[in-house]
Amino acid sequence: MSDNLIEIRDLSFAYGERMVLKGINLTARRGQVIAIMGNSGCGKTTLLRLIGGALKPTSGSVQVDGIDVGALDQDGLYKLRRRMGMLFQFGALFTDLSVYENVAFQLREHTDLPEEMIRDLVLMKLNAVGLRGAHALMPSELSGGMARRVALARSIALDPMLIMYDEPFAGLDPISLGVTGELIRRLTDSLGMTSIVVTHDVQESLKIVDYVYFVSDGVVEAQGTAADIKASVLPFVHQFVHGEADGPVPFHYPAPPYRADLGLNA
Amino acid sequence: MEAVIRSVRGLGHRIVNVVQRMGVAARFFVLTLLHSGPSFRRFQLILHEIYSAGVLSLIIILVSGLFVGMVLGLQGYETLQTYGSSDALGILVALSLVRELGPVVAALLFASRAGSAITAEIGLMRATEQIEAMEMMAVDPIARVVAPRFWGAVISMPLLAALFSAMGIFGGYLVGVVMIGVDEGSFWSQMQAAVDVKNDILNGVFKSFVFGVAVTVIALFEGYDAPPTAEGVSRATTRTVVTSSLAILGLDFILTAFMFRGV
Repeated sequence: MSDNLIEIRDLSFAYGERMVLKGINLTARRGQVIAIMGNSGCGKTTLLRLIGGALKPTSGSVQVDGIDVGALDQDGLYKLRRRMGMLFQFGALFTDLSVYENVAFQLREHTDLPEEMIRDLVLMKLNAVGLRGAHALMPSELSGGMARRVALARSIALDPMLIMYDEPFAGLDPISLGVTGELIRRLTDSLGMTSIVVTHDVQESLKIVDYVYFVSDGVVEAQGTAADIKASVLPFVHQFVHGEADGPVPFHYPAPPYRADLGLNA
Repeated sequence: MEAVIRSVRGLGHRIVNVVQRMGVAARFFVLTLLHSGPSFRRFQLILHEIYSAGVLSLIIILVSGLFVGMVLGLQGYETLQTYGSSDALGILVALSLVRELGPVVAALLFASRAGSAITAEIGLMRATEQIEAMEMMAVDPIARVVAPRFWGAVISMPLLAALFSAMGIFGGYLVGVVMIGVDEGSFWSQMQAAVDVKNDILNGVFKSFVFGVAVTVIALFEGYDAPPTAEGVSRATTRTVVTSSLAILGLDFILTAFMFRGV
């Protein structure tokens, strides 16, 4: 068994004519928390969808646990996905099911476990995210942070080898932010999983990750450990880490000269 | 000349789009049928949808049926008594409802109440990434979300149409017999003698089954295919009601032409 759970080689992807990813190389070792960072629209979420097999590469390959994801048919993909979990940006909980039923969903769909065992497993998963007491609530009764934690409990229901997080810190208050970050690290370590976190929350993610890939305009602009990234002098990384308004990523969207737009050229 | 070419090209483009969309919808329908097995193995999923689509539509169906029947009683009596045939009121009310008004009006109401709800629910599930989350959990949304709703609605529709007709006949009885004073024996016995199980009742049930399939496929497809935005879901919901209503009326003419020719 290879040390690397994910190996991405020369991966390119285009939506129609528009190239989103241009020759990405990325490796995730087992048991690591990897962050993929970059500004909005740089192709981070597309990369997650390619790893999960929701999209097929235009060229290059994505291998998960030695399996070429792009070459799988639907049955093969579904088989692989049973060993993966994904946390969507706003949880994507099933709104017609209670918290308990959301976490039990995969257990009911993919196993023939007796109800008592399902109940024990659901309560254990909910306890791991601190929400055992909320099992009877409906998703509409949860705060944003709680919904994210329930979704996390749901995604670990079948003890996956890999969890992908799509912007897990977006829109959370400082307490929920810390709790979510700490949960990602703790669950990765205790369950022996590998985690890939797509985020643009630099400060929170640098506290918990083992390795960071910075993506800009479809290519990996920089990579390294959290310490490497903090110390980086690359202009793009520096601007991103320190949240500067202007730099390689300009403040203004490309536009004609301001004076010309206001008709002041005469 | 340029403008003519542009408008012809635009028209052709729209027609190609419509035909392509119908092809995708037909493929969606076939996929739904092919993935129906798990729904029947876990029948509680279908029962839940029968509750959502059928039981929750009962109020509007029963109340509308009652009023349509009462109006039929009034209008029918008014016309029949001109010819001295007011005893035939039972036949008029029953045949109008069982053959035509029951299946058609119940299906139109079903499209507005349950069809729009199905489209909005599935459209919102897509907009909030619930469908994608299901796919990432290796659960086929066509089998888990679409097929149970399809069968739940298709089973509900003929039952609702039958209840609509029954309620309508009761409404006609209330107005004709209880309020106006038409002979009760004539009302029921003439109805019993004239209404044929195969030609009238079974044909009506078949019609409502076809309408149920049409409305449900349109509602499910519009929801599943809706752009994942508030505007996209709202437009899809409107399209469900408009397209379903037109489909019901068009299909009704075709089915009636085949069923009752020469009668």
